[in-house]
Amino acid sequence: MATLIESAGRRTLRDLDYAGGLSIQWWASIKALGASLPFIGNRYRWKSSVQQMLQIGVNAAPMVGLMAMCTGFILAMQGASELRRFGALHYVIDLVSIGFTRELGPLLTAIAVSGRSGSAFSAEIGTMMVTEEIDAIRVMAFEPVEFVLAPKYLAALVTVPCLSILANLCGILAGGIFMFFAAHLALGLYARDVMNTIQIRDVISGLVKSVAFATIIVHVGCLEGFRVHGGPDAVGRSTTAAVVRSTFLVIVADVVFTTIFYFTGLH
Amino acid sequence: MPIISIRDLVVEYGGRRILNGLNLDIEHGETMVLLGASGSGKSTLLRQIIGLERPLAGSVSVKGTDIVRCSPAELKRVRRSIGVAFQSAALFNSLTVEDNVALPLREHTSLAPSIIEMVVWIKLAAVGLADFGKLYPPELSGGMRKRAAVARATALDPEILVFDEPSAGLDPIVAAELDEVILVLKRAFQMTVIVVTHELPSAFRIADRIAMLYQGSFLAVGTKDEIRSSQHPRIRQFLDRAPDKSEHVRFIQAHMEKYLRSEEVSR
Repeated sequence: MATLIESAGRRTLRDLDYAGGLSIQWWASIKALGASLPFIGNRYRWKSSVQQMLQIGVNAAPMVGLMAMCTGFILAMQGASELRRFGALHYVIDLVSIGFTRELGPLLTAIAVSGRSGSAFSAEIGTMMVTEEIDAIRVMAFEPVEFVLAPKYLAALVTVPCLSILANLCGILAGGIFMFFAAHLALGLYARDVMNTIQIRDVISGLVKSVAFATIIVHVGCLEGFRVHGGPDAVGRSTTAAVVRSTFLVIVADVVFTTIFYFTGLH
Repeated sequence: MPIISIRDLVVEYGGRRILNGLNLDIEHGETMVLLGASGSGKSTLLRQIIGLERPLAGSVSVKGTDIVRCSPAELKRVRRSIGVAFQSAALFNSLTVEDNVALPLREHTSLAPSIIEMVVWIKLAAVGLADFGKLYPPELSGGMRKRAAVARATALDPEILVFDEPSAGLDPIVAAELDEVILVLKRAFQMTVIVVTHELPSAFRIADRIAMLYQGSFLAVGTKDEIRSSQHPRIRQFLDRAPDKSEHVRFIQAHMEKYLRSEEVSR
């Protein structure tokens, strides 16, 4: 019994330590974000941010687009199979358009970016820890958070919402293609119905979520990297932990945001 | 007044004492070699001197500033006067050798790009790498990477130059070349040099004074001749490269002798 309580206590302290680490790192990154901005910041950090935008955003766009189209087809077909029985096939448009803008677009994007970039952040920073590059950054009187993390954070804050919009468009397009073949609904009419269905608050709530997801992915990935001690095996472990933890926290954050939006009437 | 002054320095990792109340003064312009066996605490002492870790007790003053208790801004200011060449070189693999050396100049000075280019060339020429600036660190040999790290460490003309195990992993010829580079740089730039090593030829080639560490305490601090003529049993053992006759070693020896005897009997 004592061992069980000890183990639960140790686990709680570890989780609190992790949450504290994430909070401190987030605050430090907010303070350092200005240095990564164009015109007012450091031009080398901005250059690094642009490179990160290409890696996180542009290079991930085909994958995110394809994932969203596949999910859009699945959602439309699953919805249609039930709605058809009630003669309500038309509601597939609502299901796909609202489902993507509020929920699936940001969530699919977050899962893709977490697996693709979150793991890469952790591996990159973890390797820098092992090879003493982070120590070198510190002794050269640079801040590792400003030098390494802030450009990634800025890039994610810009690209993840953009990727979410892309995912929304691709998912909704997939729904339109399905409706064209299943109900012979012209794409133009489908687009008109989609525009009538979606409200601006749906889009905004999705974008708010995607900004939160970007924050989680970058900070979990980087914290796992900064906590690497030891050799290459520790880098491997941190990479796995980055993906697992960030995906878990993204889903938890999604529940929190959806609950807030539901009870405040924003949905 | 010494440029570095260490007083009653105590460091513990997880309750295990690594440095046991060390006191040391390093004078302007001298080359101090921190000599000791693996695990003696010399790299830990080095990390304290460059402010990468905080001690449990004691103080480390660099140019009159206690870097244990000073503000982050003061620590940054002190760090700009220290150049560090890490054991693993710690060059940024995503940057060319030139960009690695130019990095501190771009970040900490307002020099024009053409001037930075010239300074980088001079620094690389000083370590014999003038023709290798366009290469990336992974394209260099181990010795060249270490020399490139020295060039980066000297980029801001620091008053203190620190080397962590400069000869580790290098063949004797390349190691001797690196010793020459250290001596030339010291003569040319009148820097205070601190070298952590366990390589005796290298230590006696470059040192003005040697601090001999054993299990977290100084056995002796003195000139090369004083250390060479020391009759302290541990220093003699280290200098004479005599194996440790500990219980563990005696057990392995006895086991091996027993095994060899049994092999002879079975034949």
